[in-house]
Amino acid sequence: MTRISLTVDGVTYEEEVEPRLLLVHLLRDRLGKTGTPIGCDTGNCGACTVILDGRSVKSCSVLAVQADGSDVVTIEGLSGVDGRHPMQEAFHQEHALQCGYCTPGMIMAAIDLLKDDPDPSDEAIRHGLEGNLCRCTGYCNIVRAVRRGAQSMSSPEVVSGI
Amino acid sequence: MTEELDAGFVAKQIADNDMLSEPAPGRHEVGAARKRKEDARLITGRTQWTDNIQLPGMLHVAFLRSPMAHARVTRVDVSAALSMPGVVAAFSGQDFAAEQGSLPCAWPVSEDIVIPEHPPMAVTEVRYAGEAVACVVATDRYKASDALEAIEIDYEPLPAVLDMTEALEEGGPTVHDAGNKAFTWTFSAGDLDAAFRDAPVVIERTFVQQRLIPSAMEPRAVVAQTDGDSFTLHSSTQIPHVLRIMLAQVTGIPEHKLRVVAPDVGGGFGSKLQVTAEEVLLLLLTRRLGKPVKWTESRSEGNLTVHHGRDQLQRLSLAADADGRLRGLKVDLLADMGAYLMLVTPGIPILGAFMFNGIYKMDAYDFMCTGVFTTKMPTDAYRGAGRPEATFAIERLMDELAAELSLDPIEVRRRNWIAHEEFPYTTISNLTYDSGNYEAATDRALALFGYDKLRAEQADRRDRGDPVQLGIGVSTFTEMCGLAPSRVLGSLSYGAGGWEHASVRMLPTGKVEVVTGSTPHGQGHETAWSQIVADALGVPFDDVAVLHGDTAIAHKGMDTYGSRSLAVGGIAVLQACDKVKDKAKNIAAHLLEASADDIEFDGGTFKVRGTEAGTTIQEVALAAFAAHNLPDGVEASLDSDATFDPGNFSFPHGTHLCAIEVDTETGAAKIRSYVAVDDIGKVVNPMIVEGQVHGGLAQGIAQALYEEAVYDSEGNLLTTTMADYLLPSAADLPDFVTDRTETPATSNPLGVKGVGEAGTIASTPAVVNAIVDALRPYGVNDVTMPCTPERIWRAVQGGTA
Ligand code: FES
Ligand code: FES
Repeated sequence: MTRISLTVDGVTYEEEVEPRLLLVHLLRDRLGKTGTPIGCDTGNCGACTVILDGRSVKSCSVLAVQADGSDVVTIEGLSGVDGRHPMQEAFHQEHALQCGYCTPGMIMAAIDLLKDDPDPSDEAIRHGLEGNLCRCTGYCNIVRAVRRGAQSMSSPEVVSGI
Repeated sequence: MTEELDAGFVAKQIADNDMLSEPAPGRHEVGAARKRKEDARLITGRTQWTDNIQLPGMLHVAFLRSPMAHARVTRVDVSAALSMPGVVAAFSGQDFAAEQGSLPCAWPVSEDIVIPEHPPMAVTEVRYAGEAVACVVATDRYKASDALEAIEIDYEPLPAVLDMTEALEEGGPTVHDAGNKAFTWTFSAGDLDAAFRDAPVVIERTFVQQRLIPSAMEPRAVVAQTDGDSFTLHSSTQIPHVLRIMLAQVTGIPEHKLRVVAPDVGGGFGSKLQVTAEEVLLLLLTRRLGKPVKWTESRSEGNLTVHHGRDQLQRLSLAADADGRLRGLKVDLLADMGAYLMLVTPGIPILGAFMFNGIYKMDAYDFMCTGVFTTKMPTDAYRGAGRPEATFAIERLMDELAAELSLDPIEVRRRNWIAHEEFPYTTISNLTYDSGNYEAATDRALALFGYDKLRAEQADRRDRGDPVQLGIGVSTFTEMCGLAPSRVLGSLSYGAGGWEHASVRMLPTGKVEVVTGSTPHGQGHETAWSQIVADALGVPFDDVAVLHGDTAIAHKGMDTYGSRSLAVGGIAVLQACDKVKDKAKNIAAHLLEASADDIEFDGGTFKVRGTEAGTTIQEVALAAFAAHNLPDGVEASLDSDATFDPGNFSFPHGTHLCAIEVDTETGAAKIRSYVAVDDIGKVVNPMIVEGQVHGGLAQGIAQALYEEAVYDSEGNLLTTTMADYLLPSAADLPDFVTDRTETPATSNPLGVKGVGEAGTIASTPAVVNAIVDALRPYGVNDVTMPCTPERIWRAVQGGTA
């Protein structure tokens, strides 16, 4: 067992963990952060994407011990209880989800994508989200949502995104 | 992090959103692109997936699975696992043998069908790689899977049976003692011999429908618990109602002591239309251990053991006149059942039997299907279920016929399709298509696509010998959906009916609860049903709540598959609303001291005809609740139930056109444009409809280009991960151009047809037709799916693939 300390969605946790415990299992099973789902066991689907120290990672591919001392933001920490991050709202407006299983990861990956390219082309969005699979939407509306989210986030009202 | 958020922006978004949810006066909800109610929890991570469930004392289950396709199990010893840390129990198939029963097959399609015993956990023999042979129950999921390694098990290998044609040869190895033939099912109409005799053109082709893995993004998960008397099972399922009945029969738990809940379900596509081994075994485990138990599959486990889709060998002959008019079609199918017949396994190819003639008129049709056992994961419903296979066959054949006669593929279709003035039309396979307009959908698609211009570019590239050739693929499809008239299902030996149930409850404060038996897993029922109810009862969209997915709340239902939710379940909701209105009208008349005959209902208000006097449905709901002043003999409730059973299937159709660039030097194929014009009848929510079309297209295109479940020569699945089984990402798919034409269905009062499967059914042949069209100058007349660059390149080299 290893003692780790990390911040998740603004709350600091101290946990004793097995060295092999995956970050996603720590989040889901121990911290109750079930907003982040698991879609695969090979790091291919992106459903588990969270933001770790400012960049998106697949939380199934990170050990909890590796996140020691880190700051993690999950879909649950993106906005207050009643609020919505512009990217969440964009997914809603553009009907970019059906079952919604891929959605938390997709939203987190989309927010990260905009850090490098705040005004991405459709092509850039499609390539930027290559690591996040969706079985329901055929992606068209996800691309539209990311474009809309990018516009909202770059509008002057938004001081800074995550 | 949160302080970095712009609160002002968020507030503005919410305000905008609130405005959206306020219905404009007089606005019809049905037909409006309402944003979905479901999204609120899905975009914020507050969804209730089955794997989220944590219960006090809950134990975790892991299954040991056969590494062999076919073997006798000679010894299982779980004792070492029992001494591992955290392990509470471990069992082999033998331990369940007396109580586990057999997994059900509800569709014995023929008299000659062989339905083998299908123990949830293998006892003496395994028949596919991945079949469960033992399990461990432990205090956490890591410990449970650790302990699997301590289980000792001996197998005596038996020969794998992998190829359907070989499986049917006499004297070869068998999957079951009764042999490898599961059933034969035939249909014939018209005089096929006459149709083929002296036919000027006969096209013969063999097409392979590869095996697919449905790959819903949410892996299956099951939680079972008992209080010592009754049982609750949470499962990531499409069919809580069907499941409850079936599990009661398999486990012996009385139906009224078993509650089944499908919480939020992350996609299904048919793969969660099943009664699974794990659901049975978890019930048995909680009964045995008295503790809540949970199992969540890993993706690799799921690829092995969630039922697969498609897997047919289609031998086809088409006879036509010299002008391209169809004379007859002969279909000889081998359908791979896998190792066992699961819930509707044998029925899947039979659902296709009525669709091989597509939208065309012909004189004769012969269909024969042989179900074949192999040592692979059983097949069962996957988006389209039988109809994509049939549509692929006929739409590919129409393109082959066009090529043979040097006709434009659109023209050959025009010469054969049912003209719009001929509806209702009874087809050669004896279905009555109630409505449609193939001309309108095709004309619209051709215009959106720029057909003539693309044909000109194609000719130019051919003339220039451009290494990148352009192909144009056509698919003018129809399908039967809205499953289904119960009588028809009965005549096809299906084990249940095809009705759907709904209850509408008026609450004292005027709000409305709708209980639907149609259980969603991403379709948007909560939104669409609210729209229907808002219009029917004249209440605000936001005043409607839709309850579903829990047999203790929605006690009756037939669940969600076969594009049936709206065309059957939505109509049940509408009819329940009608009953509420009738009851309310009676009370309103009493309150208004008028005769019920003089009462009109409009926009939520009951009015006395020709006067200003009126009362709203909300006021009537309160009056019914208070019950102080009701007419004599009238019950104090407006709540109403309805069960709708359609008189016919519905028949969505459409024209899909695909332009694809094929690099003849590398074999790479890239979709340049894709136009889908669908006629799905009336539309409740065009935004949801478009989403369904997009998703369907993605899955159909993926069958054409990317996906295949591959077993090696020993029967081991090679495509167990998402790295091996190629699901398309955003980068692999194009933007789609979608549009609609509209001929209302006549089989239901909303005129709706269904849209869940249309895109998948239509798109696979459109894409393959486009690839073959690009390569015609190279002598290519088929490419086997998935049309990978290697297969395309080989086709170019060899003139065939
Ligand atoms: S669950 Fe992490 S990538 Fe699939
Ligand atoms: S919305 Fe279902 S997987 Fe993306």
